[in-house]
Amino acid sequence: MEEAVVPAAHVHAPPEGFIRKHVFSLDHKVIGKQYYGLGLVAVFIGMGLSWLMRFHLVWPTTKVPGLELLSSTGAPGGVITPEYYLSLLTMHGTLMVFFVLTNAPFAGFGNYFLPIQIGAEDMAFPRFNMMSFWITFCAFIVLILAFFIPDGPPISGWTAYAPLSAVGKDAGPGLAWGQSLWAMSIAIFCVGQLFGSLNFIATTLDLRAKGMTFMRMPICTWAWFITSAIGLLAFAVLLPACLLLLLDRMAGTSFFIPAGLVISDRLQNHAGGSPLLWQHLFWFFGHPEVYIAILPAIGIVSHVLITNMRKPMLSAKVLIYSMMSIGFLSWMVWGHHMFVSGMNPTSSLLFSFPTLTITIPATIITLIWLGSLYGANMQINAASLFALGFVSMFVSGGVSGFFLAQPSIDIYLHATYFVVGHFHMVMGVAAIFGIFSGTYFWFPKMSGRMMNETLGKLHFWITFIGTYCIFMPFHYLGLVGNVRRYSSFVDDFMAPLMPVHKFISIAAFVTGAAQFIFLYNLIHSRFRGKQASENPWNATSLEWSIPSPPPWDNFGGKHPVIYHDPYQYGVKGSKGDFVMQDSPEQV
Amino acid sequence: MASGTYTQIVAPSHLAGPDRASRSGIWVGIFAITMSFAAFTSALYVRQGSGEAAHIVLPPVIYANTLALLLSSLTLEKARRGIAKGLGPEVDESAAGMAWLVVTLILGLAFVAGQCLAWRSLATQGLYLATNSNSSFFYVFTAMHVLHLFGGIAALAYLIGRLAGSLRTFGQSLFGAIAIYWHFMGVLWLYLLLVIGTRL
Repeated sequence: MEEAVVPAAHVHAPPEGFIRKHVFSLDHKVIGKQYYGLGLVAVFIGMGLSWLMRFHLVWPTTKVPGLELLSSTGAPGGVITPEYYLSLLTMHGTLMVFFVLTNAPFAGFGNYFLPIQIGAEDMAFPRFNMMSFWITFCAFIVLILAFFIPDGPPISGWTAYAPLSAVGKDAGPGLAWGQSLWAMSIAIFCVGQLFGSLNFIATTLDLRAKGMTFMRMPICTWAWFITSAIGLLAFAVLLPACLLLLLDRMAGTSFFIPAGLVISDRLQNHAGGSPLLWQHLFWFFGHPEVYIAILPAIGIVSHVLITNMRKPMLSAKVLIYSMMSIGFLSWMVWGHHMFVSGMNPTSSLLFSFPTLTITIPATIITLIWLGSLYGANMQINAASLFALGFVSMFVSGGVSGFFLAQPSIDIYLHATYFVVGHFHMVMGVAAIFGIFSGTYFWFPKMSGRMMNETLGKLHFWITFIGTYCIFMPFHYLGLVGNVRRYSSFVDDFMAPLMPVHKFISIAAFVTGAAQFIFLYNLIHSRFRGKQASENPWNATSLEWSIPSPPPWDNFGGKHPVIYHDPYQYGVKGSKGDFVMQDSPEQV
Repeated sequence: MASGTYTQIVAPSHLAGPDRASRSGIWVGIFAITMSFAAFTSALYVRQGSGEAAHIVLPPVIYANTLALLLSSLTLEKARRGIAKGLGPEVDESAAGMAWLVVTLILGLAFVAGQCLAWRSLATQGLYLATNSNSSFFYVFTAMHVLHLFGGIAALAYLIGRLAGSLRTFGQSLFGAIAIYWHFMGVLWLYLLLVIGTRL
């Protein structure tokens, strides 16, 4: 690696002591692993909650042994009450969307690899970075506390619609301190994410190494950069929304609560608020949030695919511009979550147009992937399998969006399992596949050891088939009118659908169990995995030019100089079939 | 040269990577804060769509607070010039610069105290946080601004602490970033004054 003629400007001293090295670390790599670890804990809790939900839907009167210890009111004798089902659903959604999908692919991998991929020693503001993780961790603790208070977690869903979320304990269990803890947790989470996004943006703008122009940044770096820009503005709107909600709940204001509400025979002492205001504020954040969840996965998968295809994308530039378009359009579509909310139908039309438009860059990205795969010398390993699986899931989950984008169809499909199927396939499966792909790909770099490929492939096939078994039937259920967020299906027309629900639940248990294969692989490989070389995948980007695992200052005090973009695969006349970004070799 | 040193503080193109990042960082932070207040403002517009509340007469102390905050921006700039000069041969200028910095901090604290008086004034009229939608937004807007101003006050206090230690080691880009933030607090206040004066 050639050195640039600049003095090495260390942003912080080498860490000493256990606390500084592993707990309150300023090193972006440790912080990235901390975020990833938090995401791992959250995903297994969230998965456990989904198991309880699927169990209850199919066997509503069967005891879950021990559950009464967690909540004697919510699950007396171990049998889940309808209200507790809603609590489980709320916490499942909140944990998964915030603490898994925003954490792992963005804050986790992004923190670890963005500085390295642009040739920097660390993030622009390491102290801020450390604070952002621990603030997020506090948010997690505050949320989990809701499980352990007597009244339990809130029942209003991860979307926390007012007035249910705003009026307080009269409206049901979990809506006293449970809902307040939820709102506080999310507000704290917003602050952590704002700090993190600020870091990503400043780092990408100002700490790129010599020769690292914007278009030479890997696609996943671009994805993290665009995601951080979206996140900065989205979380800046959610934070005021949560604060106003807390004021309605605790200070007697009426931002979201209208006059004249009688709940549990008690007239609520509020007037003049607008429940629709909460929906606007929430979804103005909420829609960009789902692109925050998917864009890093798109970036990671593109990066993994390029490396394993041994050829560049048809057009990385168009892919990057498409990601930017998605980021831009994501601000204009929030009302498609509110087609049946009672807002002006003309607004529905105005939101439908950009929603259909945003399918264009998403389709362009998909076609670039598919076109690039044609004629590729595809290397099959766990990382590339999950990347290919992502493409499949992204298409399967994405096409149902075309239907939901149209108000006339959405009138029927809103709040049915069709919607649940759509967002689970794109977020719950595709984005998770992006995380898995990134894990199998980058584990050697982060730990210096390889993961077990056989277990990885087994994990892939069970998960791929299993998630299709779980979530494709959801679309069918929605089309025949199965409503979401119901704890049991007592209507006559639902009876023939119970066998489908049973199939889904069993598929969910099996697929969930397969994730323990991944967990075992992760932990076992960390200590007993085969030693990894510096560049086991023969990849071109900068993270593969440094030791595995990297030293505390990434480049050992040197400053890399960049000569190429990261797509130099299949280059004629080069040594091997690739040229690394920092290689002065002429191509 | 003194002017060259001052140029170093204000011209970001002269800053190296990490220093330039401080400048980018503060603008990114300002962008996020602006977005938050845009959210609060849109909440106000939606909320006002559903019924009138009595117009709030702004307590006169608000105008004195505004003057204090705007003056503090001027004194902060005087402080920057003084301290920049103090890096060169004219060491006496740095003492004047420090004094102006302390004045800035005092004016900022005076603003906060004045806002507390404004809240007291509203309370004596029976206007509390939950009284009606106008009063709710008055308290929310002004309290959120004060909260963000505390961040600036803490930064100024930190800067004074650093400068009192050793002038040679202070971060010029840090001073620049704090100054941008402080001026933004003034601009934001002017915007909020416009909103609460005309809409509440």
